[in-house]
Amino acid sequence: MTLDAVLRVERRDLDVRLRVEPGRTLALLGANGAGKSTVLACIAGLLQPDAGKVHLGDRVLFSAHGSGTWVPPHARGVALLAQEARLFPHLSVEDNVAFGPRSAGVPRRTARERAAHWLAEVEASELAPRRPAALSGGQAQRVAIARALATEPEVLLLDEPLSALDVEAAPAIRQLLRRVLRDRTTVVVTHDVLDAVLLADDVAVLQSGRVVEQGPTARVLSRPTSAFAARIAGLNLVRGTAAASGTSTAVSALGGLRVEGLADDAIPDGDAAVAVFSPTAVGVYREAPHGSPRTTVRARVTDLEPHGHQVRVHTAHVAADVTPAALAELGIGVGDEVVLTVKASEVAVYPG
Amino acid sequence: MSRSARTPRLGLPGWVFLPAVLGALFVVLPLLAMLTRVDWAQFPALVTSESSRAALLLSLRTSAASTVLCVLFGAPMAVVLARTRFRGQSVLRSLVLLPLVLPPVVGGIALLYTFGRRGLLGHTLDVLGLQVAFSTTAVVMAQTFVALPFLVVSLEGALRTGGQRYEEVAATLGARPTTVFLRVTLPLVLPGLASGAVLAFARALGEFGATITFAGSLQGVTRTLPLEIYLQRETDPQAAVALSLVLVVVATTVITVTRRSRVAP
Repeated sequence: MTLDAVLRVERRDLDVRLRVEPGRTLALLGANGAGKSTVLACIAGLLQPDAGKVHLGDRVLFSAHGSGTWVPPHARGVALLAQEARLFPHLSVEDNVAFGPRSAGVPRRTARERAAHWLAEVEASELAPRRPAALSGGQAQRVAIARALATEPEVLLLDEPLSALDVEAAPAIRQLLRRVLRDRTTVVVTHDVLDAVLLADDVAVLQSGRVVEQGPTARVLSRPTSAFAARIAGLNLVRGTAAASGTSTAVSALGGLRVEGLADDAIPDGDAAVAVFSPTAVGVYREAPHGSPRTTVRARVTDLEPHGHQVRVHTAHVAADVTPAALAELGIGVGDEVVLTVKASEVAVYPG
Repeated sequence: MSRSARTPRLGLPGWVFLPAVLGALFVVLPLLAMLTRVDWAQFPALVTSESSRAALLLSLRTSAASTVLCVLFGAPMAVVLARTRFRGQSVLRSLVLLPLVLPPVVGGIALLYTFGRRGLLGHTLDVLGLQVAFSTTAVVMAQTFVALPFLVVSLEGALRTGGQRYEEVAATLGARPTTVFLRVTLPLVLPGLASGAVLAFARALGEFGATITFAGSLQGVTRTLPLEIYLQRETDPQAAVALSLVLVVVATTVITVTRRSRVAP
């Protein structure tokens, strides 16, 4: 069933429109405080928007039109899975999973069978008699997933389901989600690019309460047009106006930053454009190298951080990845001035 | 999850022990002083006299009844105060908690002018054939009046500390408000409810001022243990001391038993 939500919450300065097609998973990306959890709360019915609507198929869950419509959370068919598992501490694992069916009026025995089915589905059958206090974080989240699915929700909402787990537990739960989310209408809030890539068909990027970018995951992550999507995809993004420059196109940003790259389709001079390139394509020097027709940017190092087997050199607008050996040879530290270069062939330019 | 992790003892400044010990002595010493005055030879006879037994029984019965009333009315009050927001809520909370700080005699007078024969509702009750004042019912009402805030305060605190996280989950799992209340809210605040009920019971057991004002002092009907102690003190100080000891023992037992049952799972 299609989920269609238009939400305005004045108090949180939220104004978004989201659409999830039946059986698809939408990842809601955004920095802390961007309003992601508010969106989920509105869809689940835990928060009433000031204006807008929430439609699920042809059911109206919320509408601010006329005398207004408000379906309470328990009647929505929308299950919410939060960061922490939030298993009811006074019930056994089995009773936790059977809670939804029982609340829907399913007879005890059938509810128990359904709990057993979903516990098996998340490979947690042996945990059935335990108390939540006796579970690890990963086990608890497995049970919480089974509990949410046992209600047979029409829409599943996941609020950073992996962020409270330790590094060892997260991959298995991610795989599990990947399996159970297939063909389910789902909205998953995350700030982890891996979640978006592995779990979501589509991505919406939320910034200060507005959707700044929305589209298929692969496109948004390879050709981001917002700073946040670029950061999460691990790419440099320069936004400015386009100007033809020989065979390449230059993007000039405010503050004198100018990056040359290649555009698939010609962009009229003066139009808004973005230039996107990987930190691995950026060269770092102490002095400007001679000759080559490259983009060169003078900048001060603001931060150095380990990034995989490389070191990421941050400056105000551009990040570069260098090997530890190269960094040692350069002998640079935070506050030093460096020259950054990138070949036009490494930069993708498109309208933004 | 490390549940058995021990918190290392942080260094306390040495001087805090002095006022702490003095405070503890101030509470414990009078109880010990009372013990020294008990006439142990006479003790069994004193506490099993007819009037004593009647007073103790009445006290236990009425306190139990008012504790039940406190739970029946106080739990919904606490839930409404903790989980809803409406205009005038803070004023209402202050009014409901007023008996905590009000002199009980004043509470008794207020009850008298409400349910007494000439009170606000007295005529209505009269027509219905009910006479409340100076009956055992009045004792229960007086005790409920003063004990109710204890239950409301401790339960509301427990509800607020627990937060609404589990209730939200339950709702998104399809549970109706009644199901959420009975299967999630109540079980989770059971310890808070229990300690609130114990406080209410203890307060009801010790109730004096409102009772004597609203219910009077009729042996076997309205003369509870505190009233009996007060009366005996005039005529038979030995009996008063013995009965006081009984009250201390009952109160201590109630508190220790509930404490222990809460510590054990």
